[in-house]
This record gives sequence, C-alpha cells and structure tokens, in this order.
Amino acid sequence: MTTESGADSEAKQPQAKKEAEKGKSKAAADPASPQNQPEQLPAAVGHSTPARKEQEQQEEDQESHRSSTSRLSRSPLRGVKKVKMMQCKIALLDGSDYSVNVEKRAKGQVLFDKVCEHLNLLEKDYFGITYRDVESQKNWLDPSKELKKQIRNGPWNFSFNVKFYPPDPSQLREDLTRYYLCLQLRDDVVSGRLPCSFATHTLLGSYTVQSELGDYDLDELGSDYISEIRFAPNQTKELEEKVMELHKTYKGMTPAEAEIHFLENAKKLSMYGVDLHHAKLVGNLYESLAPAEGEDSEGVEIMLGVCASGLLIYRDRLRINRFAWPKILKISYKRNNFYIKIRPGEFEQFESTIGFKLPNHRAAKRLWKVCVEHHTFFRLVSPEAPPKKFLSLGSKFRYSGRTQAQTRRASAQIARPAPLFERSSSKRYNMSRSLDGAPITENHETPVKGSAADGVPKVITKEDIITTVTTEKKAEEENAEQEDAQEVAAETASTTPLRHDTKDSEPPPEVVKHQTNISELKRSFLETGSNGGCGAPGLTEWEKRLSSSPLRSPRSDEAPMIEPLELQDAKDEQTKQEVGPKDTVAAAGFLVKYVADSVVTDGARSSGPHGISLSTTMDDDVFVDGTLREEAGGKTPDSQEEEEEASDKSATKVSPGAVRQEVSQAITDKKGTLIIFKQAENKEDEETSEKEGLAETDGFEEQKRQASRKAEIKNGDVSQTKGVDSPKKAMASWISEEKVESSEFVGVFTKKVEELKTLDEPQQKAEGIQPKSSPTHVTVSASLAVSAPGWVSPSHKASADQEKAVVVTENEAESPKPKAPDGVEVAAKDVPVVHTETKTITYESAEVDTNGDADPGVLLSAQTITSETTSTTTTTHITKTVKGGISETRIEKRIVITGDADIDHDEALAQAIKEAKEQHPDMSVTKVVVHKETEITPEEGED
Amino acid sequence: MAGLMAGFGHYTHAVVRGIPASLAKEALRTSQAEVDLTRARTEHEAYVEVLRTRLGLGVVELPADESLPDCVFVEDAAVVCGETALITRPGAESRRRETEVMKEALKDLNLNIVEMTDENATLDGGDVLFTGREFFVGLSKRTNQRGAEILADAFKDYAVSTVPVLEGLHLKSFCSMGGPGLIIIGSSEPAQKALKIMQQMSDHRYDKLTVPDDIAANCVYMNLPNKGHVLLHCTAEEFPESVKVFEKLKDHMLIPVSNMEKVKVDGALTCCSVLISKNPNI
Repeated sequence: MTTESGADSEAKQPQAKKEAEKGKSKAAADPASPQNQPEQLPAAVGHSTPARKEQEQQEEDQESHRSSTSRLSRSPLRGVKKVKMMQCKIALLDGSDYSVNVEKRAKGQVLFDKVCEHLNLLEKDYFGITYRDVESQKNWLDPSKELKKQIRNGPWNFSFNVKFYPPDPSQLREDLTRYYLCLQLRDDVVSGRLPCSFATHTLLGSYTVQSELGDYDLDELGSDYISEIRFAPNQTKELEEKVMELHKTYKGMTPAEAEIHFLENAKKLSMYGVDLHHAKLVGNLYESLAPAEGEDSEGVEIMLGVCASGLLIYRDRLRINRFAWPKILKISYKRNNFYIKIRPGEFEQFESTIGFKLPNHRAAKRLWKVCVEHHTFFRLVSPEAPPKKFLSLGSKFRYSGRTQAQTRRASAQIARPAPLFERSSSKRYNMSRSLDGAPITENHETPVKGSAADGVPKVITKEDIITTVTTEKKAEEENAEQEDAQEVAAETASTTPLRHDTKDSEPPPEVVKHQTNISELKRSFLETGSNGGCGAPGLTEWEKRLSSSPLRSPRSDEAPMIEPLELQDAKDEQTKQEVGPKDTVAAAGFLVKYVADSVVTDGARSSGPHGISLSTTMDDDVFVDGTLREEAGGKTPDSQEEEEEASDKSATKVSPGAVRQEVSQAITDKKGTLIIFKQAENKEDEETSEKEGLAETDGFEEQKRQASRKAEIKNGDVSQTKGVDSPKKAMASWISEEKVESSEFVGVFTKKVEELKTLDEPQQKAEGIQPKSSPTHVTVSASLAVSAPGWVSPSHKASADQEKAVVVTENEAESPKPKAPDGVEVAAKDVPVVHTETKTITYESAEVDTNGDADPGVLLSAQTITSETTSTTTTTHITKTVKGGISETRIEKRIVITGDADIDHDEALAQAIKEAKEQHPDMSVTKVVVHKETEITPEEGED
Repeated sequence: MAGLMAGFGHYTHAVVRGIPASLAKEALRTSQAEVDLTRARTEHEAYVEVLRTRLGLGVVELPADESLPDCVFVEDAAVVCGETALITRPGAESRRRETEVMKEALKDLNLNIVEMTDENATLDGGDVLFTGREFFVGLSKRTNQRGAEILADAFKDYAVSTVPVLEGLHLKSFCSMGGPGLIIIGSSEPAQKALKIMQQMSDHRYDKLTVPDDIAANCVYMNLPNKGHVLLHCTAEEFPESVKVFEKLKDHMLIPVSNMEKVKVDGALTCCSVLISKNPNI
C-alpha cells in the first residue's frame, strides 16, 4: 500500500537488473488503468489457457537466464513496450469466480482493490486475497509486493477471504460487509474450520436460509428447498428439518437482520476467527500445566491459533495454553521454528521463550506473518512503519494496511446510502446435484431486494448507486483526521490517513509521507516515555469489548468481596508498573529475573531450567523477529500497554547505562563483532549512567545496530547502492533484499572494578558461585589489539597487557552447527531442513583469561538485560566476580539482528566502535565475534 | 431458542440418585472418616427437597444401587450442556456402571446422548466447570486428556481448556460458578493456582469470589424464573467464615444446604445432581 514497500520489491532485484526494472516499472505505472489494456494484448489475456501458460513460463525462464548485461541493454526498449497483462481468477465468497486483468508486474494491492471494487466493498480492511503456494498452502497476498513474485510459477488463481474477523460484527458499518463476513463464516462452518454443535448448525443454518431465501413459504419453496443448501460438514436430514422448523418462525425478518443474528451467534463460537497452524512443541510447554500422565510433551502435535486476542495453543481440540498479545514480548521465527517470548507472570521471575516447530520454513514464516498482522490490526492504533535505516533491520515485512481502529474510524465516514445488493443462493453451498448445469435453486428474492437477475451472483456495480465522495466531504474527513490527531497525544501517530475515497487504491504520496512522519513522532514518543492520554476514539474493538464488559464493572459496592478477575496480562502489568518507572527498581527486577539466564548461557539452550528455553540463549537462534509493539497510552488507553512501554524502557535504560565503557581497542576488520570493553572504575557510574536515559541508550543501541548491520557479511551480488536511487528507499539503502537472515553482533565489555562493594546493590542476587567461564565469549578478558586501521588501543588499563595475535576463526560451511566460539549455534539441537550457511569470525586476544578456569573467582552477580527493537535483540550479560580482592565486571553484549537484508558491517562496526569510545571512554574491547548465518532457501528469495 | 449460550443457570430439571447403604463403608474417600448413613440420607433428602419444592425443578430420582456405593454423586456420570448430554467414563473403575441408569434417564429427557466409549478416556463430571461461555476441565486423578478431548468434541461451540488439578479430588472440589461470570474459588494455594491458569486460558472476564474454605467454594448456582440468582451453599455450621462471605451476595437467593456427611466421602454440593435446561422452545 505504501510506496515504500514498492521500493522494497524493487530493491530486491539484484543490482544488475535494477535499471531494467526501473524502466519497466515506470512503464507499468504509466497506463492509468490496466483494465483498459487487455484488448491491446490479446496474448496476455489468453494466458490462462494451459498452453499459453507454458509459453509464459518458458519466457520467464529465458529471462532469468539472460545475462544482466543483455538485460541492461534491452531495458530502454522494454520501457516502450506494451504492458503485459495477466488474467487473474479470484474465487469470491459466494462461490463465483471473478476474472480480472492486471499488469504482470502489478502489486497485490491493485488486485485487491479491483476485487473490492467489483464487490462494492468499502470496509475492506477486514479482507484479503489468498493464493496457494507450491505446497498448496494458503498464503495471504502481500498488497505491497508484486503478484508475480508471490505466486511465482503458480497459476494466477486467488481467493477473496476474510482476513481479520471482527470480534463484534455489529460494529461493522455496512450490511454489505456483514454479508461477506457471513459468506466467509458459512464456508468456515461447512468446511469444518469453525466447528459447532448440532444446535448451532441449526441456528446458523436457519438464519442463512432466511437471509438468502426470505420468509418460509411452502408454496414457493417447496418442502425440500433446504437440502439444496449446505449448513454443516455432515448434513443430516434431521438437521435440515430443524433448520426448517426455525426458518418458519422468522417471518418478516429481513436478510440484514438474519445476518446480524447469524453473526451474533457465530462470533461466540470458540474458534471464530482463529487461524490454525500445525506445529509441534519444542521443549516443555507445560511449565505450569500438567502433562498427561507419563507424557513427554516434547514433540507433541499441537495447533497454534492466531486470533484477535492473541495466540492460542491447542492440543487436539483442547486449549492447553493461551498467550494474549500483551503477554507476548516478541515473536520470531528461524528455520522451521517459531518462537514467542513471554512476559514473566506475576510470580515468575523469568521471561521465557517458547518454541514451536512448524512443518517447514515457509510455514514458520507464514505463521509469523499472520501473527504480526493480527497483532498490528487488533492491538495497534496504526501500523508499525516498515523498518528503517538505523532503527531496525530484519524482515521488512510489516502489516501495511489499516488497523481495526483506523478502519473503524474510516468506516464511520462512509456516507453512501446502503448499497443494494443481492444475496444469491451461492453455488458453493449447494449440494453436488445442483451442479448438473441447470440451476436448481431459483432466486427467491425477498421483497426488499428486488432487482433480481439470473442466479449468477452479482453485485450491482458501484457506478450505479454509489455516491461519490465529494471534495467537500473529503475536506470534512481531513478535518476529522486532524481532530483525531489532536485528541491522540501528539506523537502517538494514531492518525494514519483516513481517506476513504470510494475509488482510492493507493494513497497519494503525501499521505504516505504523513504516515512516515507520524511513525517517527511515535518513535520519539516511545522514547520519551510520556504516555499521552487519549480517549475512546482510539480504542480498538478488542479493548472496547474488554472495557465494556459488564463483568469488569462488578457490583462491587454491594458485594465488595467480589473481585474482577483480571486477565492475567493486565495484572502482570500492574505489578510491573510500580516497577517500571523507577530505573533502579526496574533494574533490580530485571536482574533477578535474569540470573538464571546468564548461568544458562554456557549450557545448551535446551537445558533451560524454566520454560522451553531462555531468552538469552534463544535470542541467538532467533533470526527473524518482530518485537511486538503495544502502543502506549494514546489511543489504546489500556493500562497494560503503558506498562509495556514502561518496562521496555527500563530494560533498555539499564543495559548501556550500566557501565561507562572505554574502547581501548578496536578492530576494523569487516568481520569483527565481539567487542570486549575494559575498564577500571567504580560502579557508581552505573547509577549515573542509568540516569542518562534513553537518549544515550538509544544512541548506543543504534550504533550497535549499525555495527551489526555492518557486521553482516555481504552476499556478493548485493549492491549497497541499490536502494539509494530510489528516494523512498534511501533509508533502507544498505539493506539489500538478499537472503541474509541474520547477523550477530556481540560485544563483551569488561570492567575492572577496584572495589569489592558490589554486594550491597539491591539488585544483586548472587545465586551462587558461577564459574567464570559462563558466557561463552567471556573467556578472554584481555584487551585485544588489532592492527586494523581505524581501531586504536589508546588506554590499556586492564591487567592483561599481553596482546597477542588475533585469533581468527572462520567457518564457512553449509552447516547449521558452526563451530563458533560462542557455542550457541553449536547448541542448536534442531536439524534444520533449510540449508544454512554460517560464518563465524572471531577476534580475540589470545591472552590468558585472568579469571581463568583455575580460579573462577566468586560470582557476585550475574544479570542479563534484554532490550529489543523491531528486529534487533540486545542482550547484555553483566557478571561481577571477585577474585583476590579485585572485582571484575564483565559485560557481554550480544546483539542479534535478524532480517532478510544484508548489511554493510564495515561501516556499521566502525561507527559502533567510534560511538562506544565516545560514550564509554573507560572501557576496553577485548573480543569481537561476528557470526552470520544465512539460510539458503532459493524459493524464499523474494518474499 | 434465543441464541447460543443464553440463559446460564436456567435449569428446569435435575437428576438425582439415592444413597445406597454401601456408601457408608465402601464409597471411595480420601480421608478415613466414618459416615453416618442415616444422617447422610437425611441430608440428601433435604437437598433433593430444595430442588424439587423450593426451586420447583422437575426432579428425576434414580434408585440407589448397592453395588455402586458412590452412585449418589451423579454429577460424575454425565455432563449436560444445552441439548447435549455426554455420558462420561468415570475415572474410578468401581463407578463405571453408574452411567448406565443415568444414560437412560437423560435419554428419557430427550437429550442428545454422546457416549464416551474410548477405553483410554476417563472423565468425572466433577472435573468439568462450565462457566456459561466455556469449559474448564480439570486433569486429575479421575480425568485425563483423552476424556477432556471427547468432551471438547461433544460441545464444539465452546472452548475447552485443561487445568491441572494437583491437589484435591476434582476441579470442582475447590471452585464452582456463583453466577454468570462469577467464579467462587477457595483460598488454598492449589485453588488459587488453578484459578490463575483458568484466567490465563480464557478470553473472557470473570469475577471471583474467594472463600476461606476450599470445599465451601463448591456451590450450586441457578438462575430461575421468579427467583433470580439462586445459590445453594454450605451451612454456617460447617464453614462459618465462608458463609459470611456468601451472605454478602445481595442479589442471590441464598440457600444453605448441609453436606456434613457426604463430604466425608468427597461429595460436594454439585456432585449430587445433574442439572438440565430443557428449552421449551425447541
């Protein structure tokens, strides 16, 4: 939908093709409406015949084999050539097919808009288009990407479906929208995706009949009319009779009323709007839940259900766990695995990450995307901006449509008279005997909708009845927008454009820009931590339901001992709120929380004592991730969310501020990553620096991010300049669209503290003595002198002065288990189906660890602080040990950057080091490790 | 039919069963208490009388069976929700035959009967908490995963979440519904923990009423025409502190029912009846 994403797909092409692509896309942009074109291109129109298809594929193959030079030289010519049109066949909800021609390089949005236009649908944000991939799995079409790249070599066949099931359909603005939702639900019911009892089948069926056929009329309908329509997966005579019995009682009910009744009942079904995904448990999910007797839960087949409120976990038909969105800190996927990081509960000390094994990589990614989209749609006020330059890196996939809050505001602006439409007896639900050619079902028009036709489902075209939105009206809307914007605390960005032109397809550029600005504002809002208050207008449907629930406002006056049983998430967050704002306290909380984490770091990740796997270890494996952003204050005045921000913030604050580091040494080699800073200093600085707040923190994190970006080892064919020539893309200029899924940036800071007094810090929770060897990288404490240009080793206060040659380890193999010094990947248990290319480069001083194995020292404290942004996870391990009267603080930073993009790590690393030096003049770097892992999944290349 | 899930607690019928003499000695129990058979019978008669006379339910009284010492606890033999009755497969082998008579009785009430035939499945009705919007099934000594799955299959409209019951006999040994959206819960640690799990699993909001005694948290709630919210709960004699809590429920018609003898064989108030809502409209 945004131009930005358009740039994404452009940038995806290898650079050599760039020119050609540009020429082509320009040409593609020129024709006003592709629909007008097909006549000129009969060949393309005929594409859907098999023979033609083959031809087309061949041509594509040839194209792909063409050398880049030849393509380049051809490009100017191609620009003038006719635009290629493709015929798309879209299965509509009423069972009919709709064919439409689009340009071959058209984006998903174009097709979606055409279909919505055909359907006369304005409230279209709840819907989407699906296609089947090679494995015949249903995928949602990404509106911002080219159709061709999504369907690949598959047929140009699609389905129009409900994507986000509104929790309260009565809030939809138009009957037409509800009608389509009903059609979808009928299919869900008949197909068994939405299981219901006999009684419910009866009820839903009776409303369906009333809606489609009108009042019961024996003369007109005959006695067997009902068996023509399907209501249930296994339809019985008994069911049909019951449906008929009920149908008789609905005399006078209009189709729209019948649909409202239908939806009111359907929405209560437990599987309403739940998108199920097959998976297996990784590790032990039954952290607090009892396994069945004698059962090892590892590998148990489960289903993950994504819905408006969160993620549901089913085993067979049983719900065995549920994670509301506010409870989920992060979702990510890597290879076949899908991970969620869970906010610790009221009595839990640890965040936990739960892993699920999906059938394959594509399935994992599909699930991840669906989660991102549902979370954004139902929980956020406005979509998260796609990752930008410094702030994030990773899969650039974001939900780009409107959120529910936005679409509801937009719907409120719909000013057209209710469109007339015909509820047709849809073919899909008829029994097979009706397919013999002659339509068995007649069109029984209800009195209200008169303009019957031929039994072919048809929506009266828009031109006939639509009131076009006048400019005046538009102005009004814009005003409304502005008002909204004011209501919403300035920065909170609730107001992504609300335009609801009846004809809109792509927002005009300035709208996009507006959106961008807003997300920037939002970001700064998040950083300042002010929770702008804002009222109901921004309430998501979900929140409204929650807050207006009668159960929530109990008759507490009368019976004060009845307490509302708050959703767990809310409670947890309340607990946290007290903690959040106060930095030190927050630090304490996190400290305690993570003690075990760091201990576990050196172990295999599967051995986490708690939950499936601990966040720190897990982070290393998580390659593509998206942090769940819950909007603070503002439009979703849910206290939970504010808390989330608060706690996030506190986490972030602690990490970099915890020490002032001085970079004493630096490594400029492009591959360096693990940096150990060293320093001799009292830890009062910790407090001071904590107070420095986010600005520094963010700067630091950012630089880290850059560094890690840089640290990415580039694929040869990636061009950095690529993005630059597209202005929208400028920010993503160094992100290439290649297959790189991740990189890791690990820094270890070592701080020498002269005093022992570390114990009295409240947050210290020495859980015992931890051998110094714990964090894998920390084995080297000496400063690392690297002769690489750009890195200086100015101060070398550390005890170990003996600088040796840098140890460079480089593994480059198609192996999921690199022998990386940091052992994390080694611990990876799962054997991925995807080939993975890993590369690990380590620079470290070969000097002897002062806290070597011989004398591990006494561990005073160990803490891990994790902070996350959209695609980076920064884990900071701080271990304090005392040995021989000297206490040493080691800080190990691990930054995992995930994404589809490649990184110019040279520059990022250099910058990171530079900034680190400025900010932490008294720490020294002792080790840098870059580990890169790339998945080689050819068919994944483009999405 | 007004719609799905309407009218929580609108019961019209109750199925109960007499107390066999064998209960005193042979009924299963977790403690070693002596049961006074006569007093137990008196108690039970009073309970049935409340249902029949005071509340006006159509009571189906099944005869006691001496070979089934626990047969008075009919709740475990069937789970009825709407028009569907799931005949269970009780976890205790000695109780399996209790379902036979129950099945016939429910058939006679024109309910759709679903039987749990899977030999790997066990389920006691005492482990099933229906809140009006969803089911929670306790995984206990008597109820296993398979049993819960079959229940989920029988009542497809509803979410069915499993809750481990680490202590106590059944899930409802420490909780029950006290109204639409009101869960009565004991204050013991296992009870509170179970509540937390239920809370996490649920998409819905509930209020809770915490009572000091776990057993006192087992109450029978109904919503009856002309009577409104009705709550059968323990007597002050048994649990004075808990009764004080109930007495604060201003909207409820409170009916204390003595259960001193049956509780010795782990029988709580809900155990002694299967409540049915026969919808006159269908």
